Amino acid sequence: MTIERREDDVLHIDWTRCDGRGVCTELLPATLTRDEWGYPLARRPGNDLLLHGTDTERAQDAVRLCPRMALRIK
Amino acid sequence: MTTPTYLTDSLLSQAHTDLRRHTELYGARPPGDGSLVDAVVRSGLRGHGGAAFPTGAKMRAISDRASVLIANGAEGEPLSSKDRVLLERSVHLILDGIAATASALRCRDCYLYVPQDAVAGVRAAIDERRRRGWDTTHIQVVASASGFVSGEKSAVISAIEGGPPLPRDKKNSAAVSGVRGRPTLVLNVETFAHIALIERWGPRWFRSRGTSSEPGTMLVTYSGDVRRAGVVEVPFGSSVEEMLARDAGIDLRSVRAVLLGGFHGTWAGRDALLGRAMSRESLADIGVRPGAGIVHVLGVGSCGLAATAEFVRYLAEESAGQCGPCLNGLPRLADAFSRLSTGQNVEVAIGEIERYTRLVDGRGACHHPDGTARLIRSAMSVFAADVHLHRLGSCEIHRGGLR
Repeated sequence: MTIERREDDVLHIDWTRCDGRGVCTELLPATLTRDEWGYPLARRPGNDLLLHGTDTERAQDAVRLCPRMALRIK
Repeated sequence: MTTPTYLTDSLLSQAHTDLRRHTELYGARPPGDGSLVDAVVRSGLRGHGGAAFPTGAKMRAISDRASVLIANGAEGEPLSSKDRVLLERSVHLILDGIAATASALRCRDCYLYVPQDAVAGVRAAIDERRRRGWDTTHIQVVASASGFVSGEKSAVISAIEGGPPLPRDKKNSAAVSGVRGRPTLVLNVETFAHIALIERWGPRWFRSRGTSSEPGTMLVTYSGDVRRAGVVEVPFGSSVEEMLARDAGIDLRSVRAVLLGGFHGTWAGRDALLGRAMSRESLADIGVRPGAGIVHVLGVGSCGLAATAEFVRYLAEESAGQCGPCLNGLPRLADAFSRLSTGQNVEVAIGEIERYTRLVDGRGACHHPDGTARLIRSAMSVFAADVHLHRLGSCEIHRGGLR
């Protein structure tokens, strides 16, 4: 099986900073949900948080608004 | 399979910190002529810290700009003692490798990161080399922190910068931005010892042992249900059965499974090991890698689930506690695995093991959660028959049942 790899941006979580405040999961509900402890969890299988289309723009807000400064876009 | 060799060209000399004896055994270092990186590339040497990345490529990735070199001997893995043994028995070989690499990469900042109890011996060896004019490489010896994750590359870099010895989020690879933002080459101490021999005797000599695709030798640490535990140098491609018989004094028939690669490694059942060799190529299709040479034997009289439960508990306690999924998930995995191994609410425990394994995998700054997930997945697959028996409230090993 081949997986189509597009030039999507990837959201990166610095797990040493994240303490599960949940701002990113509210801004990016299509990409992220929360695990049982409140930490962001990829909705799709795998841990690469690929951002599609308009998500990229909202992800920039998430990066800016994260109170722990734990996000960046790669 | 070659006969066991204890040649003077092996890594484990008896020179200890004796520089004169070291020179008798290995000869003087050839004058550096800048060809070392090419020689290492041609030798096919791969790193001995566990990841087996080609060392020559790693050296080539370091640009000339104020680079930093780190020899990592922290060895946080409790089932491995090869680095400690090498530091005790052949410290000058490690120092030769550091000197050769530092000179080839024109690197003036070298660090040797070793456990506290090795620091004095290593410093004395460095002083003697300088005093005798054998080696003027400036090497700073830094005591490593104890703990499973303290030898992880980013934890080592943090410790050397004077920070906490804990893994960090990786923005860039160390080769681009390591110690204080400078290009940093981090190699395991055994890797440096191999480099020292490649510098002396060349890539062709190096490739004369091992296999054509995986040349050279590796230090292997045997532990568990063996007659002889300890560290032995083994050529890549050696038969696993012969290694166990010759080095560990144990017949494969009395083995239930072998954990290769340590606590972050993979179990292989006895039957899967028949006819296998210690090489990436031979072990690949059973999902196993030689890694840093850890061979931990589980005898036929031991329960693989009970053994794994202990390991998972240890790994949970060794979480640095920095990343939420690891901090929260590993203790739950340890609890669930403990219930599976002792036969309490096994169905629920299995469900939790599957769920939390997925939940922790890949969600941390270092590979501690992923390595734990790997160990658990391999235990659930290699000991599937035991999982079934534990579900029924019995166990092949515990005979009379679990409760």
